[in-house]
Amino acid sequence: MTDLTHLTLTEARDALKARRISATELTKAHIAAVEQARSLNAYVLETPEIALAQAAASDAKLGRGEGGPLEGLPLGIKDLYCTKDVRTTACSNILRNFVPAYESTVTSQLWRDGAVMLGKLNNDEFAMGSSNETSAFGAVVNPWRRSGSNVVAGAGGVEGSHLVPGGSSGGSSAAVAAHLCLAATATDTGGSIRQPAAFTGTVGIKPTYGRCSRWGIVAFASSLDQAGPIGKTVRDCAVMLRSMSGHDPKDTTSVDVAVPDYEAAIGRSVKGMRIGIPREYRIDGMPAEIEKLWQDGIAWLKAAGAEIVDISLPHTKYALPAYYIVAPAEASSNLARYDGVRYGLREQGRDIADMYEKTRAAGFGREVKRRIMIGTYVLSAGYYDAYYLRAQKVRTLIKKDFEDVFAAGVHAILTPATPSAAFGIGEKGSADPVEMYLNDIFTVTVNMAGLPGIAVPAGLDPQGLPLGLQLIGRPFDEETLFALSEVIEQAAGRFPIPSRWWS
Amino acid sequence: MSVDAKTVKRVAHLARIALPEDDVAKMQDEINAMLGFVEQLGEVDVDGVEPMTSVMPMAMKKRADAVTDGGIAPQIVANAPASEDDYFMVPKVVE
Repeated sequence: MTDLTHLTLTEARDALKARRISATELTKAHIAAVEQARSLNAYVLETPEIALAQAAASDAKLGRGEGGPLEGLPLGIKDLYCTKDVRTTACSNILRNFVPAYESTVTSQLWRDGAVMLGKLNNDEFAMGSSNETSAFGAVVNPWRRSGSNVVAGAGGVEGSHLVPGGSSGGSSAAVAAHLCLAATATDTGGSIRQPAAFTGTVGIKPTYGRCSRWGIVAFASSLDQAGPIGKTVRDCAVMLRSMSGHDPKDTTSVDVAVPDYEAAIGRSVKGMRIGIPREYRIDGMPAEIEKLWQDGIAWLKAAGAEIVDISLPHTKYALPAYYIVAPAEASSNLARYDGVRYGLREQGRDIADMYEKTRAAGFGREVKRRIMIGTYVLSAGYYDAYYLRAQKVRTLIKKDFEDVFAAGVHAILTPATPSAAFGIGEKGSADPVEMYLNDIFTVTVNMAGLPGIAVPAGLDPQGLPLGLQLIGRPFDEETLFALSEVIEQAAGRFPIPSRWWS
Repeated sequence: MSVDAKTVKRVAHLARIALPEDDVAKMQDEINAMLGFVEQLGEVDVDGVEPMTSVMPMAMKKRADAVTDGGIAPQIVANAPASEDDYFMVPKVVE
């Protein structure tokens, strides 16, 4: 029998419905794969008992011809999503022992629809990072290796200088690519779904701001954070997103708009659709393979009947600097709650202020501390107008750039997902944090404007590593993104991991 | 704009993060690299531009002013580092 972990989410769904496999065997296959892949460090907590109990319940339902859209399908959950009675840390020492008494809205919808939880996935601390290197649980190993790489499975773990899986949803992208779950939840504040998907040959969609409830997801920057899935295929992501989406009265920014059947959008004709190619995304020093990837994407969409138009998004270059004011400002406010009083770590101090300062110094990692301090500075008296207010005005202009293009009849925008393939651990950002931040140059505009964006694998670089294209859509038009990205997926083929070298 | 060591220490205190003396210079460099990067926003003409306050324009949702939740004090304090009789315990604040 073929390895059940190599099925896609929708293949597994169909096999379960047809009773060709059981949820229990599917789940056991994944639990074994997770155990054999501990050296990748994708999971920070494995929950096999929960998974097997859920799988047994799913088998009972499927046996009666019942079951939800995700019945019996094993998933990984980013450790930013609160899971009732299951430790949730945001991969920070300050929440190392936090056990929520409640379930995030998005995960509760996954369980409502029958999904099975394999465990909690690694991420950058509080989702602040682009490489998963800031996690308190350590870095995640990208299951992809450069051709001729020295990375091997040793007795004590992975040896050699491995690649990063992207971030902040690096555990999610690595787990999906390595077949350690059928699909995973992720979150995206500046590119944290799309960039790791691009680095691992997987598909990731950040839906429109307000599409998924943020309730019960550890907050980083509330006006930018959105939940979304990482999956093996476009179709898998469509099925996941339908279950994750929907209005939630507990999140005031959650939008009360009906959730379409995203899977039905796949295969829909893209003939006559106008696809914008923004000239500002053609950055200096862009590698030739990224340019080629982009041209390939243009050719594939053209061949499917889409019309390609050159467009301009004049404020593109200001998105990243504006983001690095808005996101730290919101983070400094959101993370004020970690005070050593209500939950999380506490370090003793001589008085309450000293207790706060020692607790936060011990509990937060360096990246988080720096962002809180920058946020505190840009919001402080005398600097608010110069930094924060100006950045929010620039954000209005960035959003208007997109609105103008959509008003002119463009249905979606095609760009590269990242400026390069996955890089090596420790290679970026040690001297200057901005070097790491530049990874999000193509994705961050989308968060600033609240738009949906999908990353789909489209080719390999000369070292054999996957590269992704990004499609950006109109607000609440994820369906068009699914239709278009499936055209790319059909043309480019899928990019499964070449070998399970780690097990 | 750039920050000096004194400002870095003041901001750390405002953020309630203890910053060891020997880490001030490195943090100062990193913050200044960031502030240098965002300086380019000064080029943008923002005259007459409204700051973004809502990502997706929508009417503020309202609900009746009624108690809809509660009575779960043991759950609320379950993760507290120190609690007693469903109260959070903190170091003495007022003598």
